[in-house]
Amino acid sequence: MAVLELRGVSKTYGTGATEVHALRGVDLSVNAGTMVAVMGPSGSGKSTLLTIAGSLEDPTSGEVLVGGAALAEMSRNAKARLRRRAVGYVFQDFNLLPGLTAAENVALPLELDGVAAKTARAAGLAALDGLGLGERASRFPDELSGGERQRVAIARAVVGDRRLLLADEPSGALDSVNAEDVMRLLHDACKRGVAAVVVTHDAQLASWADRVVFLRDGRVVDQTSPPAGPESLLTAPGQSQ
Amino acid sequence: MSVRHALLALLSEGPKYGLQLREEFEARTGEVWPLNVGQVYTTLQRLERDGLVESDGAGDDGPQKGFRITAGGEQELAAWLRTPPDLASPPRDELVMKVLVAMRVPGTDVHEVIQVHRRYLVELMQQWTRIKEDEGEFDLGLALVVDAELFRLDAVIRWLDAADGRLKRAAADPPRPVPVALPRLRRRVGVRR
Repeated sequence: MAVLELRGVSKTYGTGATEVHALRGVDLSVNAGTMVAVMGPSGSGKSTLLTIAGSLEDPTSGEVLVGGAALAEMSRNAKARLRRRAVGYVFQDFNLLPGLTAAENVALPLELDGVAAKTARAAGLAALDGLGLGERASRFPDELSGGERQRVAIARAVVGDRRLLLADEPSGALDSVNAEDVMRLLHDACKRGVAAVVVTHDAQLASWADRVVFLRDGRVVDQTSPPAGPESLLTAPGQSQ
Repeated sequence: MSVRHALLALLSEGPKYGLQLREEFEARTGEVWPLNVGQVYTTLQRLERDGLVESDGAGDDGPQKGFRITAGGEQELAAWLRTPPDLASPPRDELVMKVLVAMRVPGTDVHEVIQVHRRYLVELMQQWTRIKEDEGEFDLGLALVVDAELFRLDAVIRWLDAADGRLKRAAADPPRPVPVALPRLRRRVGVRR
C-alpha cells in the first residue's frame, strides 16, 4: 500500500519574470517497507519535493496523499497532527535542541502530541536503545559525536508509530563509515514497514534505496529498475581477475 | 590482483598446505575472486623456483604438501605492499569518449546519454550495497572489497554529474575565446576541438 503518493505535483515560486518552477508534474508513490531515494543536482527540486511530501508546504497544483488521505482536504490542525504522529524528519544538520538531553529530544514529538511525559520518555529511551545509544540517553547534543547526534535524530524520527520517514541529505557531513550506519538505520526502519524518502546527491547513500528516482529541473526524468540479485555481480565477466 | 603476493601474504602467517591456501585466499577476498587449484599450485611452484617459499620436500605434490615463506619471500612481500600500483588512466576512457562524441552527434541530447549511464551505474551500486547490507557487517574483507567498488563507481557518477552541470552552464553562457597556450596541453590530454 502506498504510504505516500504524489500525483501531478507542481510548485511554482514567484510570478511573471521571477517565476521559478521548482516542481513540474511530479508523480511518486512510496509503499510501506520501501525506501525511495531522490537524486538530482542542486536546484532540481529535491528539497521542495520533501517539504511538500511532509505537508510543510502546499503544492501549486496536484495532489499529495499520506496513508491514502489527501492533504488538501485536511484542516491545518489535522495536518499538524499528521506531521507529529505519522511523519518523521531527518535533516542534514540534525536539528537537535541543545538544551534537551538525547532522550528528551527523542521524546519531544510524543510529548508535543499529548503523550504523558513518563510514557514518552520510556518510548524515547527504547528508540535510543534500538539504535545502540541507550547509555548516552542523558547526554546533551554537544556531548555527543556527529554520528551519535545523527542517530539521536533518527531515533526522534522513528519514535512512536511513524509510517513515513523523510530525510534530506541524512548523512550530512559525516564520514563514510558513519554515513553507512545512518543508512543502515533508515533501511532497518523500512524493513519494519516504514516508507522512506531520502533526498540526496550522493550515489552511495542513494544505493541503499529500493528505487532511485532522478529529478532534473523539477521533473522526474528517470528511475532505476528493480535491482537484480547480487549473484549477477559475482559472475559478471571481468570480475574474476 | 597478484595471486603470487596474496599467497606470500597468507604464508607470512605461518606454514600452510596448498588446499588451505586456496580456501583462505577466497575467504579473505570476500569470495569475490574465485581461484582454481591449478592456479595455486602453478604459482607455488614458481615461488619455490624463485626462492620465495620452501616446501616440505620434493616427493609428495598432493594437497598435504606444506609450504612456508623464506626471508627473501618476506622481503618481496614487504616491497610489494608499498609499491603503488599503476593508476595512470587508460588512454581513452570509453565513457568519456561516449560523452565527448554525444556532444557532436546531431539530434543527440547529451544529457539523456549521461542519464542512461548514470542510471546504469546507480543500479550497479545498488547491487553492491545489497551485498554489503547482507554480509558486510560480518565479513570485513568483503566490506572492504565492496567499498572499493562503490567508491570507484561513485567517482564515475560524480564525473557524469560534473559533466552534466558543465554542459548545462556552457549552453547558457556564450563561448569565450581560447587562450593561445592551451592547444599543446589539450593534445596531451587527448581532447580535440
